Amino acid sequence: MKNDQPIDRGGASHPLVELALARLKEFAREPEAVFWAFIFPIIMSVTMAVAFPGSGTKPAVVGVEPGAGAAAVRAALAQAPGITVRDVPPGDEARALREGEVHLLVVPTEPPAYRFDPARDESRVARLLVDEALKKAAGRRDPWSAREEPLQVAGSRYVDWLIPGIVGLTIMGTSMWGIGFSIVQSRMRKLLKRLVASPMRRSEYLLAQVGGRMVLLAPEAGVPLLFGVFVLGMPIRGSLLSLSVVCLVGALAFGSLGLLLASRARTFEAISGLMNFAMVPMWILSGVFFSSSNFPAAMQPAIQALPLTALNNALRSIVLEGSPLRSVAGELAVLAAWGIGGFALALRIFRWR
Amino acid sequence: MNYQNHPVVGVRCANLVKRYGDVVAVDGLSFHVDRGECFGLLGPNGAGKTTTIEILEGLLEPDAGEVEILGLTWRAHERELRQRIGVQLQETQLADKLTVEETLRLFRSFYHRGRTIDELLRIVELESKRRSWVAKLSGGQKQRLAVACALAGDPDLLFMDEPTTGLDPQSRRQLWALLSHFREQGGTILLTTHYMDEAETLCDRVAIVDHGRVITEGTPRGLIASLGAPRVVTHQGTLEDVFVALTGRHLREE
Repeated sequence: MKNDQPIDRGGASHPLVELALARLKEFAREPEAVFWAFIFPIIMSVTMAVAFPGSGTKPAVVGVEPGAGAAAVRAALAQAPGITVRDVPPGDEARALREGEVHLLVVPTEPPAYRFDPARDESRVARLLVDEALKKAAGRRDPWSAREEPLQVAGSRYVDWLIPGIVGLTIMGTSMWGIGFSIVQSRMRKLLKRLVASPMRRSEYLLAQVGGRMVLLAPEAGVPLLFGVFVLGMPIRGSLLSLSVVCLVGALAFGSLGLLLASRARTFEAISGLMNFAMVPMWILSGVFFSSSNFPAAMQPAIQALPLTALNNALRSIVLEGSPLRSVAGELAVLAAWGIGGFALALRIFRWR
Repeated sequence: MNYQNHPVVGVRCANLVKRYGDVVAVDGLSFHVDRGECFGLLGPNGAGKTTTIEILEGLLEPDAGEVEILGLTWRAHERELRQRIGVQLQETQLADKLTVEETLRLFRSFYHRGRTIDELLRIVELESKRRSWVAKLSGGQKQRLAVACALAGDPDLLFMDEPTTGLDPQSRRQLWALLSHFREQGGTILLTTHYMDEAETLCDRVAIVDHGRVITEGTPRGLIASLGAPRVVTHQGTLEDVFVALTGRHLREE
């Protein structure tokens, strides 16, 4: 082999390109994989839209036990805002309350009694609403009425906070599952072994696996974002370029972690276990559905070092606060560290046989 | 003797040992293959053929012994050797959802020189399957594609591990023709097989291996002749007679 001769690939492109293309084609020809990669964020988003319908509030659902004063209680509750009276078959009240069909039961004695579970937020709200309605009906005079200023500003609702978390979750899930499964499959089919028997560079194979997925990032992260903007009215205050950079760095980091987890696994069972072991704690700790500040201060350094925490914080900062890229440099550094460290370790310990 | 870049050396291995725990898969194995030769490693299942060929392919590290490929060593010249050899492994399943052409493009991209995709398709007679998914190919077509991948870099030396196992007679003959053609062009082949007719047809020399050692080595004709007259009286002696005489038992557990 003389190195001064030009390289002739017989019409094929650089191995990195061919490897990434092969990976993408395989993915695109797997209808189930495509379906789940794109439908999952849509299902999540639709569920959110149903659970958090814009500005509306859920009424308190109240049952009334039979008794002499039942009709009067029903009439009083029917007048009150925010309360729905549900008919519960006699004898079934305890079950309806236990299973959350009604949030509170009124026993129409004189004075009435309330049956409810104080551990449930909606039951406590129902108690306040019902108490107010019945006392007003009984002739209570209020010293004053407060002026109410309901929060309606787009971008400050829970659903606005939630969507960037769903985007982060989607990037993590699709990057890691997508890479992990295809590698384990190639290992099981002894294709990896065949590839290393050729002059292919191992680092190029691993790079192509992560890089090939980046093409899929736009739809995967885009679907929940577009849904948030156009259906739920979430604003994007930062620049789209900054947002794209954060998504890209996040996907590279999780792609590398997918490689790392798949670097030794020989079966789908093994890789599934490892993936869940790595991802489930982040679902809970990294502030997807509720803020990670709920966890004790002692845990915070560890939580902040998690890649999904960094990704979610950076996404929220750009989407909701309109921060420039440089203000999320810390988060990007955390993601880059996971990405580079994960890749380097994967390359070292990868099992090619 | 100095073998460094010697034009005659195809493969040379000496005193190879490979252990898996207590099991000795390869137990002091030595042989050599000249350039331009087709050499067959014969042996029953579990004799150590695959372990040996994978050591020679640079995929396994031997516990002891020396390996020299085309006058070079894996330790010092891995990158160059990978460019100059072609490999077909026993168990590889190529990606189901790539087409024949895409698979060849991928493999061809790894080599710095070699044949074009069209040439490769023509050599293995898969032009009409160019746009078919690998999953849709027959066993023989898949195996020819595997050989085309091995030929992508126009190798000097071809390693074939049981290339025709599980193929129908037509496919086997098609593959034999392909390998004969490669050898006529000056290529060197090292193959493993447990089909005696394959070895008789293709190989200039064979080594019969059992329990990780070479039991005997020579040309197919010479080995048959060495069995002696009595057998040849009843029917034309075959390599299978030699094989069974030397490895003993007809039935073996895998």
